[in-house]
Amino acid sequence: MGWLEGRFEESVLTTTLEQAINWARASSLMPMTFGLACCAIEMMATSASRYDMDRFGAGIFRATPRQADLMIVAGTVNYKMASRVRRLFNQMPDPKFVIAMGACTCGGGPYYKYGYNVVKGVDLVVPVDVYVPDCPPRPEALLEGLMRIQDKVRGMKDFTVNRPLDLPIPSRTGYTLLPAEQHELANAL
Amino acid sequence: MKPDEIITILDQKFAGRIKAKNLEAKDPFVVVDPADLVEVCRFLRDDSRLAFDMLNCISGVDYLEPDPKKAPKAGFDPHMEVVYHLSSFRNKHRFVVKLILPRWKDDIAGAIPEVPSLTPLFNMANWHEREVYDLSGVWFAGHPDLTRILLSDDWEGHPLRKDYEFPLEYHGIRGR
Repeated sequence: MGWLEGRFEESVLTTTLEQAINWARASSLMPMTFGLACCAIEMMATSASRYDMDRFGAGIFRATPRQADLMIVAGTVNYKMASRVRRLFNQMPDPKFVIAMGACTCGGGPYYKYGYNVVKGVDLVVPVDVYVPDCPPRPEALLEGLMRIQDKVRGMKDFTVNRPLDLPIPSRTGYTLLPAEQHELANAL
Repeated sequence: MKPDEIITILDQKFAGRIKAKNLEAKDPFVVVDPADLVEVCRFLRDDSRLAFDMLNCISGVDYLEPDPKKAPKAGFDPHMEVVYHLSSFRNKHRFVVKLILPRWKDDIAGAIPEVPSLTPLFNMANWHEREVYDLSGVWFAGHPDLTRILLSDDWEGHPLRKDYEFPLEYHGIRGR
């Protein structure tokens, strides 16, 4: 029996139904095959043999949103694509989670100021659970993001998340907060 | 063939219709009137001494300094340029033709300037002209299907214009 042997007394395991289901869910997250730009290359590297996302149970990239429960938005989202991203998100079955991977999806990134066609953060389009910044993030960073998603799944109290179907409105102004002393300087001027 | 020889041939053929020429630039060019463009390009393509059989690219350039303080020092009046890069496989030389246009047709803000399309001469002009129309806002009269090629069809404005204002909202998605 390998490492399981002798761990459980009398071969009887007691747990709650929630914990069992959450354990199963967290150990078999199925991301959607979905890459928009250069971050997708890092996502592929993460799922390939060297970093091996399958160690965490998230190695099966489903080719349809109907079978996926994790959306890794890997890459720049522009206005033309945003409605499609939203639609794909709506097509996923309910316990669904979103990782915003990379600087562009976290808040526009290098396209924040002069990108006329880039959505300034994918949280204007879909509700984001975990942000993985950097440009592009290392595979280890994406794995860390995946583990934080697993933490969220393990902490679920209900079987569904019940996302609203309309567009999310994040509470942010679009202005960057300066460090305290610079903020005072800017106010003094 | 050297650029000065090309310009000499053009000068002989289109006496007085070559508006300006520049030999000092890295890519020597001539400036022609938009009305003469198709004729000049047909001559450039069909004349056996020149034989420009390929149109490399079409670029739209917006000359405008949006900052009113810097505008007097900019060194140019506000205008648009359309640049055609031609090259010849047969004779292994290349050349540039430019058009100088007003930023808005008849000085009506929002009415984009019009030039004749080169699609009947060079098939590769088709998508390049669509891209220039999409991003810089130049209307190519006679183009078979002049629609936006990169941005979505209902986009407003032409983003590579210097005075373009970014959208704050697009189909319910906030701009910032």
